[in-house]
Amino acid sequence: MLFGKAKILRSHGWQYIPDLDAVTLTEEFRGFPLLSDGDDKGDIERAAKICPTGAITTKPLTLDLGKCLFCGECQRCAPKNIKFTNEHRLAATRREDLVVVAGQTMPKFDTSAVRPEITKYFGRALQLREVSAGGDCSVEMELNATGNVNFDFGRYGVGFTASPRHADGLVLTGPISENMAEALDICYNSIAEPKILVVCGSEAVSGGLFAESPAVNRSFLDKYHVDLWLPGAPTHPLCFIDGITRLRKKNK
Amino acid sequence: MKLYHITNNNAKAVALADIPVVEYVELYNDLKERMTDCRYHVAHYFATEIECGLKFYLILLDDETSEVLITSFIPDYYAEGLASLTALHPQFHPFEREMHELYGIPFDSHPWLKPLRFSFDRRDRESTMDSYPFYTIDGDELHEVNVGPIHAGIIEPGAFRFICDGEQVLHLEIALGYQHRGVESEMVRNQNRLRQTLIAESTAGDTAVGHATAYAELVEKLANVDVGDDLKRERMIAIELERIAMHLADTGALATDIGFQLYQVACEALRTVVINTTQAWCGNRFGKSVIRPMGTLHPLTEDKIKLIRKNIADVRRRYNEVREDILDAPTLLARFEQCGLVPKGEMERIGGVGQAARASGLRRDIRATHPSGYYAEALKHEPILKHDGDVMSRLATRMDEVLQSADYIETTLASYKPATKIAEPDYEVKLQGDALSFSLVEGWRGEICHVALTNSEGEIVKYKIKDPSVHNWLGLAIAVRSEGISDFPINNKSFNLSYCGHDL
Repeated sequence: MLFGKAKILRSHGWQYIPDLDAVTLTEEFRGFPLLSDGDDKGDIERAAKICPTGAITTKPLTLDLGKCLFCGECQRCAPKNIKFTNEHRLAATRREDLVVVAGQTMPKFDTSAVRPEITKYFGRALQLREVSAGGDCSVEMELNATGNVNFDFGRYGVGFTASPRHADGLVLTGPISENMAEALDICYNSIAEPKILVVCGSEAVSGGLFAESPAVNRSFLDKYHVDLWLPGAPTHPLCFIDGITRLRKKNK
Repeated sequence: MKLYHITNNNAKAVALADIPVVEYVELYNDLKERMTDCRYHVAHYFATEIECGLKFYLILLDDETSEVLITSFIPDYYAEGLASLTALHPQFHPFEREMHELYGIPFDSHPWLKPLRFSFDRRDRESTMDSYPFYTIDGDELHEVNVGPIHAGIIEPGAFRFICDGEQVLHLEIALGYQHRGVESEMVRNQNRLRQTLIAESTAGDTAVGHATAYAELVEKLANVDVGDDLKRERMIAIELERIAMHLADTGALATDIGFQLYQVACEALRTVVINTTQAWCGNRFGKSVIRPMGTLHPLTEDKIKLIRKNIADVRRRYNEVREDILDAPTLLARFEQCGLVPKGEMERIGGVGQAARASGLRRDIRATHPSGYYAEALKHEPILKHDGDVMSRLATRMDEVLQSADYIETTLASYKPATKIAEPDYEVKLQGDALSFSLVEGWRGEICHVALTNSEGEIVKYKIKDPSVHNWLGLAIAVRSEGISDFPINNKSFNLSYCGHDL
């Protein structure tokens, strides 16, 4: 029996990623898009038309990462104007910063919008309560993955906790179904101040495909201040890790 | 008079005119007998609004002949109610409950006519999540335990109400609907088929490939297009990769719940390899974007084939080490064996599907009984069956299926040269008007069934989705009866059912 376990351990080897910030994802990964506007609007208009969440505006050309599901179809329609890179660091501190404009080379993370108490209280340890409100389970699985043997976000004192009473903040996933709206509100209000609110995944940020659905109630986001917006369908674990890390960083 | 239109999972869409409209009484009498034979089970049963009331469609599967039986009926507008089929055959319960919830149809003598998912367009707006009528038992020695809707981990919401005698569970009732986002109505909000594909992908994010394949096959039937062998083969690879990844995740999750960290970390790492392979193929760890109607944006290249073969061979070898050790671990077997029993007869009655049904010895596997695509043409799939119907059987089914899927990928890719010409997706092709199209796909959880109705313009006007969880949630409730409440987590993980797939 011990021999079997030794074999598993030997094959398992060393899985942990030593430097999470140094990771470059595969070329195929669709992360931050580079946009270049042109006079010929035909392609861009076709891209805007097919976009299932209306993330693209044509005049001028912009792409809202908060709505984007990273399907890559717009790049096929307008290869000269839209090019997805494998940059996974997409976090923003303000909703409007997720709107990418032509010529922008980097995602915009405005440290001036970070509340000073976040670094003060959560710089060393941060425990989060996740609530899925209509999430499709992929973002939830990616959040679980942030604590696994590969990413091991726990090494920086960040983890997920069961009780909101033990939590320093809430991570919201899903477009916020009406049936879950009340439970979400109760959970958020059970967390003691000071606390942070992280909105994770394009469906949570904008409602995504369900933005206009009558089964969705997004009034929660009108009521409370969001500290971190994380796009993605689903949000890559490294995008979450990068966003939370930058939110807590001192000497910004 | 003919009672059913008979077709199969490879045929093109069915013209609405070909579907017989029968008398409910005749259908009821036929089903009364027919459904006692476990070769039949219901794949979908729903109602849709027509000018003068409601029209009901029923889709039955015959596992022995691979036939699909479709029929319909239009009850008299002033009819008092319909005799419940659930009273005879419990497998009808989610479908009748849904129709009762949406349209207020009374099903006479239905034993459990409770709301299914609190859909936004339900008939009774007074009925809300908070007023779910949980079953109760009177007794001084009994207590109730409520769990949810928010659970302890990072998982989706659902409310579980246990009635316990001491530590022993007498009854578990599961109230779902918290995840309801209006998937089916958003599907027909407009005719942007890229949007529809993405909604299918996010019906249940852990089954993105399965649901997207179901959508794509449904549309291709309506378009009467054969997408060709290469694309079918690549879809098979994608769906088997998804199956491997999720079975690995569940092996790890089961180990987590009994505190067996070695298997947990080994499986986490293995799952990472598999989903990163999927990401290297299509850019998304869950395989979102790999399945598109009519074609694909991510055809396999020489390099990708090499990468998949290398990684899957590695995962297969390493996972097999874990598997052999699991079968030899008394502490694990003591928890999993003879725990959470669902006998074959019960699985039949509730219409169980997928790996949970196979773990109880019920041969339900669309890849074998109603194959489409590559499964129909090249692969002779033989389902893996276990017979005990306990947590261990469900784990053992998963473990064997990982190896089986890895073998399918390896043998298929070994002789595969990248397709020289593979079509790009097409979202504009004209669809057959006034038709019913359905698709059946064996996702990693089990049978996925999508059904669409088109109008005379060929626009999809009604879209119905059935995730395998719809059948199997009742299986979980049955499994925990008379078990200790502390064994609920391992039972839950052994099924790993979808909340969002059920709630839509």
